[in-house]
Amino acid sequence: MASSLPVARPALGPAFRHWRAFDCGFRLVTLTATVAVLVLLVGIMIALIKGAAPAFAAFGPHFLVDSSWNPVIEKFGALAPIYGTAVTSFIAMLIAAPLGLGIAMFLTEICPTRLRRPISIAIELLAGIPSIIYGMWGLFVLAPVLQNTVQPVLIGLFARVPGLSALLAGPPYGIGVLTAGLILAIMVLPLITSVACDVFATAPAVLKEAAYGVGATTWEVFRHVVLPYARVGVIGAMMLATGRALGETMAVTFVVGNAHRISGSLLAPGTTISATIANEFTEAVGERYGAALMALALILFAITFVVLAAARLLLLHAGQQTGQRP
Amino acid sequence: MKRYRARRRRNAVAVSVCAGATLLGLGWVILILLALLREGRSGMSLAVFTEMTPPPGAAGGLLNAIVGSLMMTALAVALGTPLGIAAATYLAEYGRHGRLRHVVRFFNDILLSAPSIVIGLFIYEILVAPLGHFSGYAGACALALIVVPVVVRTTEDMLLLVPDPLREAAAALGLPRAAVITRIAYRAAGTGMLTGVLLAIARISGETAPLLFTALNNQFISVDMGSPMASLPAVIFQFALSPYKEWQALAWTGALIITLAVLALNVTTRTIASARSRK
Amino acid sequence: MKLRTAVAVAMAASIATFTTSANAADISGAGATFPYPIYAKWADAYKKETGIGLNYQSIGSGGGIKQIQAKTVTFGASDMPLQAADLEKYGLVQFPTVLGGDVPVANLDGVKAGELHLDGKTLGKIFLGDIKRWDDAAIKKLNPQVMLPAQPIVVVHRSDGSGTTFIWTDYLSKVSPDWKAKVGASTAVEWPVGVGAKGNAGIAQNVMNTKGAIGYVEYAYAKQNSMMTIDMVNHDGKTVAPSAAAFAAAAAGADWIGTPGFSVILTDQPGAEAWPIAGATFILMHKQPRDPALAAEALKFFAWAYAKGGTMAADLDYVPMPAAVAAAVEAMWSRDIRDSSGKPLYAPSK
Repeated sequence: MASSLPVARPALGPAFRHWRAFDCGFRLVTLTATVAVLVLLVGIMIALIKGAAPAFAAFGPHFLVDSSWNPVIEKFGALAPIYGTAVTSFIAMLIAAPLGLGIAMFLTEICPTRLRRPISIAIELLAGIPSIIYGMWGLFVLAPVLQNTVQPVLIGLFARVPGLSALLAGPPYGIGVLTAGLILAIMVLPLITSVACDVFATAPAVLKEAAYGVGATTWEVFRHVVLPYARVGVIGAMMLATGRALGETMAVTFVVGNAHRISGSLLAPGTTISATIANEFTEAVGERYGAALMALALILFAITFVVLAAARLLLLHAGQQTGQRP
Repeated sequence: MKRYRARRRRNAVAVSVCAGATLLGLGWVILILLALLREGRSGMSLAVFTEMTPPPGAAGGLLNAIVGSLMMTALAVALGTPLGIAAATYLAEYGRHGRLRHVVRFFNDILLSAPSIVIGLFIYEILVAPLGHFSGYAGACALALIVVPVVVRTTEDMLLLVPDPLREAAAALGLPRAAVITRIAYRAAGTGMLTGVLLAIARISGETAPLLFTALNNQFISVDMGSPMASLPAVIFQFALSPYKEWQALAWTGALIITLAVLALNVTTRTIASARSRK
Repeated sequence: MKLRTAVAVAMAASIATFTTSANAADISGAGATFPYPIYAKWADAYKKETGIGLNYQSIGSGGGIKQIQAKTVTFGASDMPLQAADLEKYGLVQFPTVLGGDVPVANLDGVKAGELHLDGKTLGKIFLGDIKRWDDAAIKKLNPQVMLPAQPIVVVHRSDGSGTTFIWTDYLSKVSPDWKAKVGASTAVEWPVGVGAKGNAGIAQNVMNTKGAIGYVEYAYAKQNSMMTIDMVNHDGKTVAPSAAAFAAAAAGADWIGTPGFSVILTDQPGAEAWPIAGATFILMHKQPRDPALAAEALKFFAWAYAKGGTMAADLDYVPMPAAVAAAVEAMWSRDIRDSSGKPLYAPSK
């Protein structure tokens, strides 16, 4: 800070040096913290890969398509958990996507302004409820209802329909893949709703008013003005919700039935990757068993990573379209 | 005219479907909360807060679980918040236009949405297996790993909301960069950052999976964080899947306690946010 | 400024709390859910008597074995006894604490405990999925008097690694060649059909809530929850109901002291009164424990349990070990369990 100007030097005394040190130190600390966050994530990936290595060494890529899970002869395959994860998430999105979009449309277009806040708060309450409570509610409240009322009806209704009878066959357990999908749907609903609400709100009011001005109905405005604007953002929201559904552990463990089998019926028990790990990790004796579970965790991490990366890119794109930061 | 009527009809159908969807969504909320209140209220008593978890067939409370949860949550927040705020500060202040920012934001979002069981496994591998015992510290570290991305995200967003002219004015007055951040930006974003911390607490209050392999559980009350510690979610998990009536009742009561705490935190967050926006 | 100092003081105080160990460390154990009801009761009584806590987490026998191998707990508990070779390999000692039995339980409207009888072969077929409905001819043949509903059978098994499963599958392997070929015996197997539940407690809860379900639990769970138990046809062809006497009869011919590691398996034992699916539950500890002080405390606890815990065990229909076996176990402790300097951690008080 060499200067030839006649400034008051005393101000640049010890206090200045102290602040400069603090300045450098502060910047260093924050940079270190940032790098630490990065290192953490990389560390997780490395730890998972290291733990999963024996399984891939023993089973090779066949691990991904093997549906056996036999701790006696130490033969493991990831297909049943992957299938369960995929199916439960798919069912969850199938139910939650239209519901969430419908609620978001209601909240942004139709709902009287006074009711908007209370209803959106109520829906967000669903997001605040911890997942273990969803699990308990699913097991103690929903599953008995499904077992005694809904599932027998479904089985009876579709027993003679050629395609669907296999899909909805089997004794009514109450718990199972369908129940897990239902619970997941309720859990991701608030996420879809809130992101969709935000995305719908970005549609320019001017365009909407113009559409109303030429006599479009609410539905037509939504379909032809808001949705095209929101398309990319909506897809991004769906993928975020999918990512959440894929990784959900506690709610699913309670109600999925924990059976390492791929069954054609939605009413049958199954398992998901996270439920398998939660149930079996503390007791996986034997190097291959533990490594197989780590490999499952790695697969889940990889799937979630891909889905979230895609979602983020889409939302980034949507934000760029409307000029907003994602 | 026919086409107009058809359009009106379609609109009516669409609107009622959406209204129906909203009612369905609200219905779930009401059903779940009602079930929680009904089942949890009957078990609620002072004993829940003063007695330890009982062996099967006896009466007891949730003291060790509540204390364990509080301690691990407090430590997790103490560990995760400074780290998160520091990282977010760099992202929002120093590194705003760098490439590091995009990379870190991306990875932070991944960490934010990572399945918490994976985080539990990670902590098991680095803190439990090498040291040879489950501990409350491991549990707190697992929770801290969940706190960090939440705090980073919200703090960064809040810091970015602070208008740059404020910073520029402070710099023009001769304030060093660090002081601009700590004295101006933090103060302006303060309530937002607090909201972020509260949200993180709400998030980890209900997390079970990361605690399963780290803190395990403890049927007695313990304030020694170097050994296994009880936590509300772990106790609820154990008790809910048991056939004992007293245990199931305690599980519901514990679930009610967690839900009320989380809802209270959410309400507080909203109140702070709206108070701030009204200012 | 005042807020800042207050926060600083609070943080310092909390750090101080975190770092001090406020109470004597509890003995930690993990493993089988089979003996959990009696271990919990013993731990409660022991804490009242001596103030020392025993933190036992029932995560399944597989968990007990894994965690003691990983040295993360003071002792592990397993219903599947490790063979002498494995004990040597991991440097463990093994000893039995109580006897109990796996009991098939079901949920059938109108059928009460003890009314339904099954034999090993039929049970194997049910769990293999070959018999799918309750009104199947094979079940009807064994139970001519019982009104069996035309309901599908919902098999409930363990989703976690379990010694209870080991005893169950060991029995099925002995009585059903089909089972032995297709599934085998272990703490965790590839179940052909059914739903998985966590812990003995999980199966109990699942069966109680699912109509038409059949599962297997340790007898204390069936008794505590008044479940519908099924009587079995034993090795000698007699139908027996589960009870402490039946379990003791199964152990009548067991040679505890002569078997290395006390690893006796009690399924399908001869004897007119013997319950065919009985088993003992074992404790695993390191010969050279990581924490000798805690290990010594654990040994004192088990000595107390041998001496004074018999009545509590009998209340829950577990069979306590005979005195001769207890003495042999305690002799083994003082011989085999030592700290790093070679000093034995246990001295028999008698």
